[in-house]
Amino acid sequence: MPLSYAPIVKRRPGTGDQLANLADYASARESFSWEDARHELEGLPGGGINIAHEALDRAVHAGQGARLAVRFLSRDGVALEFTYAELLSAASRFAHVVESLAPERGDRVFSLLGRGPALHIAALGTLKSGRVFCPLFSAFGPEPVQTRLALGDARILVTTPMLYERKVAGIRERLPQLQWVLLTGAGGRVLPPGTLDLDRLLAAASPEFATVATTAEDPALLHFTSGTTGRPKGVLHVHDAVVAQQVTARLALDLRPNDRYWCTADPGWVTGMTYGVLAPLLCGATSIVDVEEFDPDRWYQLLAEERISVWYTAPTAIRMLMKAGPELAQARTYSSLRFLASVGEPLNPEAVLWGQSMLGMPFHDNWWQTETGGILVANYASVDIKPGSMGLPIPGVQAGIVQRTDDGGGVVEITTPDTPGELAFRPGWPSMFRGYLDNEEKYRQCFAGGWYLSGDLARCDADGYYWFLGRTDDVIKAAGHLISPFEVESALLTHPAVAQSGVIGVPDEVAGTAVKAFVELKSGLRGDAALQRDLLAHARRRLGAALAPREIAFVDALPRTRSGKIMRRLLRARELGQPEGDLSTLEGGA
Amino acid sequence: MNDEKLTQRLLALLTEVAPDIDPATVRLDRDFRDQFDFDSMDLFNFATSIVQTFGVDVAEKDYRRLLSIEKAAEYLRNKPAAS
Repeated sequence: MPLSYAPIVKRRPGTGDQLANLADYASARESFSWEDARHELEGLPGGGINIAHEALDRAVHAGQGARLAVRFLSRDGVALEFTYAELLSAASRFAHVVESLAPERGDRVFSLLGRGPALHIAALGTLKSGRVFCPLFSAFGPEPVQTRLALGDARILVTTPMLYERKVAGIRERLPQLQWVLLTGAGGRVLPPGTLDLDRLLAAASPEFATVATTAEDPALLHFTSGTTGRPKGVLHVHDAVVAQQVTARLALDLRPNDRYWCTADPGWVTGMTYGVLAPLLCGATSIVDVEEFDPDRWYQLLAEERISVWYTAPTAIRMLMKAGPELAQARTYSSLRFLASVGEPLNPEAVLWGQSMLGMPFHDNWWQTETGGILVANYASVDIKPGSMGLPIPGVQAGIVQRTDDGGGVVEITTPDTPGELAFRPGWPSMFRGYLDNEEKYRQCFAGGWYLSGDLARCDADGYYWFLGRTDDVIKAAGHLISPFEVESALLTHPAVAQSGVIGVPDEVAGTAVKAFVELKSGLRGDAALQRDLLAHARRRLGAALAPREIAFVDALPRTRSGKIMRRLLRARELGQPEGDLSTLEGGA
Repeated sequence: MNDEKLTQRLLALLTEVAPDIDPATVRLDRDFRDQFDFDSMDLFNFATSIVQTFGVDVAEKDYRRLLSIEKAAEYLRNKPAAS
C-alpha cells in the first residue's frame, strides 16, 4: 500500500538524549511480562491490590507525600494544588462518607461532575472504599444520565447543585435505587430536598482510612460505552487494571516521576479517568488539570507557562488548534515539552506533522477503547512514526487482524500485510474488561477463536504498524466519543412529529465525524426550518450537546430492510456518494 | 445598531446554535457556560454565525470574548464593521 507521508525517523539510543522509558521496542517486547509489571506495585498489606492505594498510599509510603500531585487551574487562572498526601487525606475522607452511606462492597458510586478536585477525590475515595466508581460526562442531558444511573444501579451520585437541578432533579423519581445524592460546592446554600452537602460530610470525616482489602479481580471501575443497538453497555474493570494503567502510561506516554503532565480528556470519559486521574499518580507525575473548556490561546499559554512536559490530547483539539493558525502557536516557546500523544480517533498525518513544525515534536497517536482499559497500540518515543498509523502493539499484548468466518462462530487470522480485517487481541492483559453489566451474551460475542474482537477495522503493514480503517458496526465516533445511533434515534422518536429516524456519522472538518439525523415525519407534517430547529432543541434538551445531532435532514422515507430495520449503511453511502452495495434485503421502492 | 437591537440579534444567533435555550431566560451578563450546556463546538458555531451576520473577522483567540451576550455586544461595538 502506498505511503503518502515519509516516516518520522527517531534518533537512536546513545545519541545523547535521555533514554525513553521504552528505549528499544524489540527487546522490550521480548523481555516484557505482566508478572514483572505487577511486582512493581506495592500491593495491600494482606496481599490484595487496590488502584487508589497504588496511586496515593504507595507514594506517601515512599516518602513522596509532599510532592505535587495535581494542580487544578480555574477559569480565571487561579490554581488549586494537592500534594500526594493531601489528595490521600481528601480521598480517605470521601471513602469514610461512602462507607457510611453504601454498606456493601461493590456498591456503585456515580459522579456527574465537571473537571475539578471533587471528581478526582470521589474517584480515588470510592476505589479506596472498595466500592465501584462510574463517572458520567457532565455535558450529558437528563436522558443519557438517567439511562446510565438506572443500568448501573447507582447507589450514590456525586454532583453539583447546578447539574443536579438541570439534569437530575427531573428524573430522580424514576431512579428508586438511587439512595443518596451528594452535592459539592453548595457553599452553605439551602439544598434541594433529597440531597446531602458533601463538603460538610467530608469536613466531618477522618482523613485516615485503611484501604479496603480488594483483590485483583474485585470490580473497581464502570464505564459506559455505546453500542449500535440497544442501551449503552456498562463496561466493568477490576483492580488488577492498575498494572496496565501504570505500565502503558510509562511506555506509551513516556510518563516519568518529574513530569508535568496534561491530559485534556474529561474524566467523565474513560481516557480522562484512566490517563487523566489515575495514571499520572501511578507514575508519580504532577498532573495539570484545566477546568476550562477548549480555548486555543489559553491552551498554548498553559503548555508554555505550566511547563508541560508530556501532553496527551485528542485529534479534534489538535485540528481546532491548527485552524486557529500558526501565529498563535508561534507566539510562545515550549521549552519543557518532551512528548506529545493523541487518542480518541485516528490522527490524520497532517496533524502529526503539525506537532513537529509548531511544537517541535510530532504527535504520537495511540489506540485503545473502553473495553481494553488501557492503551494497546501506540507510537513510542523511541520508535519511528509512520504518520497516520496508530503504531505498534504494547509489549505484553499480541494484536492481529482477523476475519469472522461465514458461520459466525469463528475467526481466521489474516497474515498477509495490508489486508483489511478486524483488529483483534489475544486476551490476558490485566486491564481487559471483565464483562458488560447484566449482558453476558454481548460479552461472549466479543470473543472468538481465542481473540478479543475490537469492532474496529484495520490493516497491519509489513513492518507491523497498524492502520485504522473504520468501524465494523454503525457506532459513530464524533470528536473522539463513541455515540450510539440508537440512543440518538430513540430521543428523536420521543418528539411528537417524528415517525422514524436514522442517525449516522458524516465527515466534519473539525470533529472528524459529526452526528447527522435523517427524519421521517408523521404523515401530513411538513419539514421546515422551524421544525428542524425544534427537533434540534428537543434532542439537545434530552441528550445534551455532546450527543445531540448537529444536523437534521427530512426525508420522505428512510431505507429499511424487509424486516423493518433502518439501513444506516445505505444512508451513509448515499450521504457520502459511495456505492450502495447489496440492496437485496431492502424494502421495495426506497 | 442600537444596543437593544444588537442584543436581540445576538440572542437570535445564540438560540440558532443552541435551540434548546429559551432566550427569555438568558442572563445577558452571565457566561453562557454558567447558564446552560454550551461546549466548544457551540462556541465555534456561535462565532461563525457572528462572522457571517455582522461581516466582521473574529480571530479564534477572541472567541472567549463572545461568551456572554454583553461581552459579545461589547466586542462587536469595538469592531468597525459592526456599527
